[in-house]
Amino acid sequence: MKRIYAKEDYCIGCRLCEIYCIFQHSGCDTLVKAFSQKDCLPDPAVRVEEDGAISFALQCRHCDDAPCVAACISGAMTRDPETGAIKHDPDKCIGCWSCVMVCPFGAIQINLEKGKVSSKCDLCGGDVMPACVAHCPNEALVYE
Amino acid sequence: MALSVLAPEFIIKRDPDLCIECGVCSRQCSFDTHTIDPEDGSITSDAIRCCGCQRCASLCPTGALTIIERELTGRSHPNWTLGAQRNIARQAETGGMLLTGMGSDKPYKNIWDHLVLNASQVTNPSIDPLREPMELRTYLGSKPDRVEFDDDGNLLSEIGPLLELDVPIMFSAMSYGSISLNACKSLAAAAAQSGTYFNTGEGGLHRDLYQYSDRAIVQVASGRFGVNPEYLAHSAAVEIKIGQGAKPGIGGHLPGEKVTADISQTRMIPMGADAISPAPHHDIYSIEDLKQLIYALKEATNYTKPISVKIAAVNNVIPIASGCVRAGADIVAIDGVRGGSGATPTVIRDNVGIPIEFAIAAVDSQLRKENIRNQASIVAAGGFRNSADIMKAIALGADAVYIGTSALIALGCHMCQKCYTGKCTWGIATQDPYLTKRLNPEIGTRRAANLLRAWGLEMKEMLGGMGMDSIDSLRGNREMLRGIGLTKEELEILDVAPAGM
Repeated sequence: MKRIYAKEDYCIGCRLCEIYCIFQHSGCDTLVKAFSQKDCLPDPAVRVEEDGAISFALQCRHCDDAPCVAACISGAMTRDPETGAIKHDPDKCIGCWSCVMVCPFGAIQINLEKGKVSSKCDLCGGDVMPACVAHCPNEALVYE
Repeated sequence: MALSVLAPEFIIKRDPDLCIECGVCSRQCSFDTHTIDPEDGSITSDAIRCCGCQRCASLCPTGALTIIERELTGRSHPNWTLGAQRNIARQAETGGMLLTGMGSDKPYKNIWDHLVLNASQVTNPSIDPLREPMELRTYLGSKPDRVEFDDDGNLLSEIGPLLELDVPIMFSAMSYGSISLNACKSLAAAAAQSGTYFNTGEGGLHRDLYQYSDRAIVQVASGRFGVNPEYLAHSAAVEIKIGQGAKPGIGGHLPGEKVTADISQTRMIPMGADAISPAPHHDIYSIEDLKQLIYALKEATNYTKPISVKIAAVNNVIPIASGCVRAGADIVAIDGVRGGSGATPTVIRDNVGIPIEFAIAAVDSQLRKENIRNQASIVAAGGFRNSADIMKAIALGADAVYIGTSALIALGCHMCQKCYTGKCTWGIATQDPYLTKRLNPEIGTRRAANLLRAWGLEMKEMLGGMGMDSIDSLRGNREMLRGIGLTKEELEILDVAPAGM
């Protein structure tokens, strides 16, 4: 399956990947409109990790042996048989955080208020170029 | 220290309806112009810090930022312009020379804009470059006085080492130190892809660039940085740098803080030590001395590589260029007053040297008069903005050109002229690892190679329009040029007829 890879040598820490991830999952037509609704903005499923000059964008790796799927007690985490992407169903999620604890990359974001998984990379459906990759200004994210 | 009385040079306009307070502007500005309030996440901008590089405006996802040059305010005076007053105030505050980067921004008459190219109409039909082969291939180096063949057509004459260019445009000398390694890699790979050459400048050749040895022109400057047999071996040609267009008669200085471990190894100097290239080569005080160095380098490279001498265009460029050729230079590179720089005293950049247009025409004419034009190729440098400028330079007598500033613009440079600060927001003229990664060499290579390809296509189109199928037919062909709005003396030096004649 195709995955998103980060080239830390060329990540400039601008965080446009986070911004476009939020926009992509906001359901709004324009970026400005999306960000004007601050209260109901989704959390980004990609996070830029930074330490000095080192930075890279991290999102779900869609592991072959996905520990989050194995640990999910409610069946909210499943693998899409067509794209291979790990998907999260918020209706089934009971907020036990088992997936968060077993994820070796810390790629699953939680929402304490709602008591659920708040965001997880879904590869933007898998058919198109994920928003984070498409809007990376330095080609530090590749989808292959 | 008293508060600065200098007003900001730029105005930062932030459209509140468009700003989503994402903070990209703040994270991208290496001059700390935009600050995010840690409490409420709001962003404020301090215009006095802005250098006008446009990085924030370019990366703002909603186009909320506009950076515009601020009109200097104050009582205007024809002699004491507001710019002149500002510079005095800056020097009164700092007590130092005003430094600058890039080429001169003085509005000297640009001769390229006063020359027009010819085109064929009925009698000598034009050629369609989409249907006919069009030759831009150029060979740089010394050519024999005459070519002799034996009865079977085999070449008898000995031809010296030549540089073969698929397009008569090379990347100017820009050292590793003045620009980042990623910028060097971009230019080197683009040169290799495009069948041309890049120039190491006076900073040595980084080992990562050894793979492009056959596309490298290595420089031997007064500081002799990085020069050793291995360096000379990893090159296609060797260039002795005497002068630079932006600073004729002035040496180079890379401050110690920019001499990182990698640069120290490449330049062969201690880490953190200032890299000073003296204004003169301390073993060259005459053409005879220059000849000794040219032949020392020819010996060191077993006469397998052309030797170039790069000089700045100055008043007596004619005898100097002639002397260089007679001293054995295979290529004479001449850099005009609009030549670029990473760091130069502003007063030198803006007031010393002569425009490349006159230098090229005058040198080409003189070498022809002396019957030594074939002994060396002429490379012109200093402010080439487009393919038409290059065509005009070739018609005035240049064999090829060096491009520096336009190559950097292709990589992303926005001409903020703050190269000397080492804070280049576009990751080009900096060694800060946080900033250098902003230039992905894969993207840089693609963009620089695209520029050469685009200019090559345009040059072929212009050649076809003149009814020529080879750039060789244009070289020194002043008949293909006409002057508009030039004085009689200027036309005479250029050896170009006025339009209508």
